[in-house]
Amino acid sequence: MADNEQDTGARSGVINKAPDYPIAAPRSTPVANPLSEYLLRLGDDRLVLGHRVSEWCGHAPILEEDIAMSNIALDLIGHAQSILALAGQVEGQGRTEDTLAYFRNETAFRNALLVEHPNGDFAVTMVRQFLFDAYSVLLWDQLAKCGHDGLAGIAAKSLKEDKYHLRHSSEWVVRLGDGTEESHARAQAAFDLLWKFTGELFERDAVDEAVASLGIVVDLASLRTLWDSLVDDVLARATLTRPIEGGMRTGGRTGRHTEALGHMLATMQYVARAHPGATW
Amino acid sequence: MSSPVNTQPDGQWPLWEVFTQGARGEPFEHAGSVHAADAELAMQNARDVYTRRGEAVNLWIVPSHAIVASAPSDAGPFFDPGNDKPYRHPQFYVAPRGVRIF
Repeated sequence: MADNEQDTGARSGVINKAPDYPIAAPRSTPVANPLSEYLLRLGDDRLVLGHRVSEWCGHAPILEEDIAMSNIALDLIGHAQSILALAGQVEGQGRTEDTLAYFRNETAFRNALLVEHPNGDFAVTMVRQFLFDAYSVLLWDQLAKCGHDGLAGIAAKSLKEDKYHLRHSSEWVVRLGDGTEESHARAQAAFDLLWKFTGELFERDAVDEAVASLGIVVDLASLRTLWDSLVDDVLARATLTRPIEGGMRTGGRTGRHTEALGHMLATMQYVARAHPGATW
Repeated sequence: MSSPVNTQPDGQWPLWEVFTQGARGEPFEHAGSVHAADAELAMQNARDVYTRRGEAVNLWIVPSHAIVASAPSDAGPFFDPGNDKPYRHPQFYVAPRGVRIF
């Protein structure tokens, strides 16, 4: 089959060779500044998820939920703002949190694939939020005690708000799962859909090793164990089934994203790029 | 699986009254109301709607139907008779000389 395709290609004059421009970021790039890279990962998770949640503004099922989701979106964008500002300082190239948010293309974003997943229905949004909140609360809890003062301060402040996000999303997951037949089916479908993006949250690479020497040490094994038991507990209360572990989709941490991110950034970055430097 | 959420005749989720306490020791004051399917979500909605600018340190949530309210038509017989009985106010009485007035 492959031979036939090659033959056809040769006859029609099409030459099969790799393009000479980068179609995606390479799987492993030597990272010049691991600390700013690490901070970009933390900041981009929250910026992208914050923007996704903000897309519900004016569309949530009831007024009260609309306010709750807008609050959560603003919290996340606030966390991203502090982290990206720190990332810019650490990088030392004069980039601010706004430059980083609005003037990078998708291959320069370092968020996990989970958070860029489109909102889907309310169940997909809430399950995505829950999977991330559980991870984020446990991560901040560890980072609040880390050896980098700036990051520890941001972690302690963000932890407080993320604990509320987790309460909100986990209670919704329980109600959707243990609600009507339809809400149960939709919540289960959301877990089945999003599960393949959870493995990436617990990956470790050279960047993590490098920042560990700066005092930013995360015990991934205990993070994973606590996350598993938290998720299992909520799944049980929600009468939902934990999806079977399958092939995990990863790549976000090195800039290899799903197509959804580019579309999201087009909306998010449009105004800043159309009117650079505008203020009000 | 538990029974579906109980919706009201108007198609909305049940209504809850929200009371906020501004500081420890202060009285709880009525802030407004929220719709929510159950008490926990009512608490979360109240937190988001009425406390996001730091207005409260405590919340009470009460199902609206649990509140027994006087009817506006009762206002006359209920409250007017007090108007012409000034002796019901402590200020009506002159304090004897030598008594400390707070």
